[in-house]
Amino acid sequence: MKSLTKLGMKQRTYAEQKALWGFVYVLPWLLGFIFFFFIPLLSSLRYSFSTIKANAEGLTITFAGWTNYLEALTVDTSFNRTLTEAIVNMVVNVPLIVIFSLFLAVLLNQKFFGRSVARSIFFLPVILASGIIMTLESTSLIQAVNEQNAGSGGVMNAFASFELAKMMLQAGVNETIVLYLTGAVDRIYQIVSQSGVQILIFLAGIQTISPQLYEASKMEGATGYEAFWKITFPMVSPLILVNMIYTIIDSFSRNALTDLIRDTGFVKFNFGLSSAMAWIYFLAIAVILLISSYFVSRKVFYHE
Amino acid sequence: MPISRLLSLESWKRWLWTFIRLTLIAGLSFVILYPILQKISTAIKDKTDLYSPIVVWIPKHYTLENFMNAIRIMDYWETLLNTFTLSATTTILTAVSCALAGYGFARLKFKGSNLFFAGVILTILVPPTTILIPIYLNLKDFTLMGLIPLIAGKPVNLLNSYWPFILTSLTANSLKAGLYIFIFRQFFRGIPKEVEEAAYIDGAGVGTTFTRIMLPNAVPAIITTTLFSFVWQWNDSFFTTTYLTSSKVMSTQLSSLPYNLAIQLAGGDTSKADPFYMSMVQDTGILLAILPLIIIYLFVQRYFVESIERTGIVG
Repeated sequence: MKSLTKLGMKQRTYAEQKALWGFVYVLPWLLGFIFFFFIPLLSSLRYSFSTIKANAEGLTITFAGWTNYLEALTVDTSFNRTLTEAIVNMVVNVPLIVIFSLFLAVLLNQKFFGRSVARSIFFLPVILASGIIMTLESTSLIQAVNEQNAGSGGVMNAFASFELAKMMLQAGVNETIVLYLTGAVDRIYQIVSQSGVQILIFLAGIQTISPQLYEASKMEGATGYEAFWKITFPMVSPLILVNMIYTIIDSFSRNALTDLIRDTGFVKFNFGLSSAMAWIYFLAIAVILLISSYFVSRKVFYHE
Repeated sequence: MPISRLLSLESWKRWLWTFIRLTLIAGLSFVILYPILQKISTAIKDKTDLYSPIVVWIPKHYTLENFMNAIRIMDYWETLLNTFTLSATTTILTAVSCALAGYGFARLKFKGSNLFFAGVILTILVPPTTILIPIYLNLKDFTLMGLIPLIAGKPVNLLNSYWPFILTSLTANSLKAGLYIFIFRQFFRGIPKEVEEAAYIDGAGVGTTFTRIMLPNAVPAIITTTLFSFVWQWNDSFFTTTYLTSSKVMSTQLSSLPYNLAIQLAGGDTSKADPFYMSMVQDTGILLAILPLIIIYLFVQRYFVESIERTGIVG
């Protein structure tokens, strides 16, 4: 009200005018934020603490305390397992995806024959590997059978990582590390298909590093290896944080837990339990995000 | 002299690296393209070739029957039109609303704008499942703060229409919209302030500056966000299967494809259907669903690859 009267009263200054327009520009988002995000978020929190019964008049919501949370964690048969699986998958995959996409970005940044073709192929997963196609693909029988068929790629892959594993074990590498690495080799399609956007972000970051830095280091006799660790890596380190967060967010849409939460809500119509599960999931993610960004941001190099 | 240079350690190292790089890139490209090639090869195969042990990649009997079946069962042309309308509408609305919000956050600072931007980050971080149920219930009895019951007498059911998508994208809260706002904000922050100030001095208002000066400069960001938003909307099964239960859109059609296949090809008896053949038609269906995207990507990818480097996601 105050601003409205002020609006008519006097000529506004340049800064005030801009601030007013800023509010106008942000207004559509703000409305959406309130109605399609903030209020639903609060009601979801409320639902998670109550029992909800649908009847003729609509919904009856009665406060139930921590029952839903207790049910999700102690009674529900699959929630604990799915949650741990989702989190373990995330913890295993995120470092792999980030390292792999950084490596590929460095590779795709070098000059070689057919670079633009290679780049467009590597960004193809951004388009293909999302949503429903990914889910259906994993259930494709033909692909599974073909991979099992003798002589085709699947078996060869398994052999390759098997040999590799033997070699590394004989060389005295820790077994956990060996299993982690060979697992990554076997899941290469999954990793490649999830790192499209991350490669893009890293590539964009590498391109902003000024070439003078590399020239100067070359003058001083640095090898390519040293240049990577002393220049490229510190310069893109803020993006490691960005990519890590992006990878975590990206995993929301494609895990079993999301399906479980949806089924509880829309098949069993247990809205309270479903909301409680969703909140536990959200809190778990938030904790992971906080811890990882705390550790990574301490190592990150900023210009300022 | 040339021979000694050829034999030097340096050049050997360079050649070795080139070779390793080539192998890696070719191999990984194959890994990425493998499913698509596989699907193409399956789609043009005849049923008899499916069990033939000598056919691996190139079929002996070519046929278009799989395509016919998939097109018929998916109601392909209608689905294509529906999906295209839905994706195009949400894409345009999302791009407009996110560009506005991004510009507002980047340059037109007002009291509390940083707090609001923290809200944008929050929308990126909260999993969509958390707020799914309240939104669903809200849209089922949509009241718009009690306004609609006053006019129409009762709340409107917006489910099974395009309204949920239109409303959320109009207000920059659709699928992954927070990310687009972030991209636009970073990009607008990267454009020098002087350009904008010159426009103000020449008498342009905020609106004119935005449409005439800032937007033409933001083409890379616009291409990136529109491509992302189009593709993700096209493939999205999370919101589409929740909001649109009976409408024919690509992702709902795809997710019910295995079921429909069983009905249409085996007369409703799932146990009688040949699972291998059904999988074949399903692969064809997936191929048909991503075909438009691949065609679009072929045309846009050049701009896309160029533009992402200047988008300023980085900055």
